[in-house]
Amino acid sequence: MSDTADAPPRASLLNDPKVRGLFYQVLLVAFLVAGGWFIVSNTAANLERQNISSGFDFLKNTAGFGISQTPIEYSETSSYGRAIVIGFLNTLLVAVFGIFFATIIGFVVGISRLSTNWVISKLAYWYVEIVRNVPLLLQILFWYLLLIESTPSPRKSVELGAGAVLNNRGFFLPKPIWGDVAVYSLAALIIGIIATFVIRSWARKRQELTGQQFPVGLTALGAIIGFPLLVFLITGLPVQFEYPVLKGFNYVGGQRLIPEFLALLFALSIYTAAFIAEIVRAGIQAVSHGQTEAAHALGLRNSPTLRLVVIPQAMRVMIPPMTSQYLNLTKNSSLAVAIAFPDLVANGQIVMNQSGRAIEIVGIWMVVYLSLSLGTSAFMNWYNKRMALVER
Amino acid sequence: MANAEMFHVRTEEAPLLPAPVSTTGAIGWMRQNLFSSIGNTILTVIGIFIAYSMIMPIIQFAFIDAVWTGEDRTACLAAEPGEKVGACWAYVGAYMKQFIYGRYPYEELYRVNIVYGLFALLLIPLAMPSVPAKGLNAFLFLVMFPIAAYYLLTGLEFGSFVVFPIVETAVWGGLLVTLVIAVTGIVASLPLGVALALGRRSQMPIIKLVSIIFIEFWRGVPLITVLFMASVMLPLFLPEGVNFDKLLRVLIGVTLFSAAYMAEVVRGGLQAIPKGQYEGAMALGLRFWPMMYLIILPQALKLVIPGIVNTFIGLFKDTTLVLIVGMFDLLGQIKSSFSDSTWATPSQGPTGYLFAGVVFFLFCFGMSRYSIFMEKKLHTGHKR
Repeated sequence: MSDTADAPPRASLLNDPKVRGLFYQVLLVAFLVAGGWFIVSNTAANLERQNISSGFDFLKNTAGFGISQTPIEYSETSSYGRAIVIGFLNTLLVAVFGIFFATIIGFVVGISRLSTNWVISKLAYWYVEIVRNVPLLLQILFWYLLLIESTPSPRKSVELGAGAVLNNRGFFLPKPIWGDVAVYSLAALIIGIIATFVIRSWARKRQELTGQQFPVGLTALGAIIGFPLLVFLITGLPVQFEYPVLKGFNYVGGQRLIPEFLALLFALSIYTAAFIAEIVRAGIQAVSHGQTEAAHALGLRNSPTLRLVVIPQAMRVMIPPMTSQYLNLTKNSSLAVAIAFPDLVANGQIVMNQSGRAIEIVGIWMVVYLSLSLGTSAFMNWYNKRMALVER
Repeated sequence: MANAEMFHVRTEEAPLLPAPVSTTGAIGWMRQNLFSSIGNTILTVIGIFIAYSMIMPIIQFAFIDAVWTGEDRTACLAAEPGEKVGACWAYVGAYMKQFIYGRYPYEELYRVNIVYGLFALLLIPLAMPSVPAKGLNAFLFLVMFPIAAYYLLTGLEFGSFVVFPIVETAVWGGLLVTLVIAVTGIVASLPLGVALALGRRSQMPIIKLVSIIFIEFWRGVPLITVLFMASVMLPLFLPEGVNFDKLLRVLIGVTLFSAAYMAEVVRGGLQAIPKGQYEGAMALGLRFWPMMYLIILPQALKLVIPGIVNTFIGLFKDTTLVLIVGMFDLLGQIKSSFSDSTWATPSQGPTGYLFAGVVFFLFCFGMSRYSIFMEKKLHTGHKR
């Protein structure tokens, strides 16, 4: 093999895939650098010409505008930075509640679509089709209009019982004020949750060794709900409710949910639920019927078949698309700006208009949403890996 | 034997009895699908109740209480307090032109109509799998039509010689803007998406990295921030004096955004092509681009037609967001008409939204039916 005649024929350097690849990549990098330089230099020149300074110092300036929903303390004298943080918290709030409700509605509708009952499955079908094919923004505007226009003024509020009141200023709920000793109940709850986990792993081990089952579900119910409730009763119900009261033209006190929040929450939950329903349906249908038959042949009843055989396999199919729906919901919550719900984008836009710092604000938006997206998908990838089929 | 007479032997087949009434026809169907058990019956009753309580108010509002004709708001006001007034269709009728064309000059509307007509004329045969000459059709639709539509809609003037007078995009609106943004977004994002999908599967590390960063960046941020970026920041990126039309800026943002989604759809198609196709093409001596152009992409793109249609539906719905950056698409036009005092009544808002909802539903539902039809057509065999 030392003979030179056996060496591969010398190809032109132009046809060497490695050289060509290197050439294209260098070209791309050069193009990106040139493009980046073009943008940066233009931006710098434009900013200088318009006398706009850059940097994030402006976040310390006084905001001077009010915000209708503030999870943490805020007043008009607070800083821009705080206004944006409040926007972020509101985004998180609506996203978390939205994901919760969308998942519940989605599961119910998805399972209803598979029902053998014709009326129920058709109802679910048309729910999905109508909601999916109408733009989300239109749905948000519609719910907002409905909540603002068709609810009465504060003086003619609808009393919903238990102190809850609905009018065109929002939905007022009695606000619980916890006494000092309520801490013990919280501690009991935490102990209950920990105990449940311990019992569950013990019961699983015992079942693997001896085959004996232990009623984990009932024990968990007792430990997580019963035990804290008992402590709560023993410590003498340390809670008081602050009821909303009509004062002048509006209700004061209690927990107020503003109509913007409700409209956004309704629209996001209902819209995303339609997509989740389809995912649930597809996931359950993806588990082959042979699995159900085999489980029945092993003597499992319907409920354990569903719980132990079908759902774990369906979950595996459902998790990746479900993740992207949760992310979509979080990103879609940015449409709040259309009805002036003070979320990250809406507050950012006010700050942008007041301070003129477009680049910084858009940068904050993008960084926040990107890290939410990447964080969620990293977590879900980890969870997916845990759930995925372990193959040989 | 006297006993023999006791036996009865049939000499002909007994007549076939009809199936029991309770298992056939409407009654049988209802027994099987609606009332098979107590639980099922309860579900049926609940279902009918829900359906009734959802549909009745809509029918009441849209048809029974609706006002169909009228000159101004007085037609849609309650004659006496407490009287229910439903949808004010007279208002939608009066505004119909604006909803379809925006404030496009009245005497130039024929140009928009030509574009609408050309669009339908080219799209319908392209969408029907049985019509031949797909290549020519696609070329006309994807290359020639956009150029023609551009000159028809914006205008064409050679110095003082005016073919079509120039119409500023600021007066475009309604369905016209919705369709322009959605169609341009999807047509322009297709080549970019293919390039990104190929880049993401490339073996060259830098090209792969750049593609991944690009795709994940646009997929990770909401469209509304992209639109803000396009309308606020894009002017800052350009040299002094260069200024873009607002619609064009939005189009750039939408295209980049949907290219990232398109890239993922196309990547799915590329992954579905078996390796033998690549190897076969290479064995024939094809280089990268001829291999892609002649062998891989035709198969991959055909596979992802339903995915492309679904991306288009998403984009079509998302065009409504441009109203937040101050443009008038169909929804924006409807929303802006609410400020007109000639038609200001309590039922104006719900009527406008109902109209928008129906229009969007018809478009999107039609497209999703088409996507399902294509999916069935493309996935032949291996059906359970």
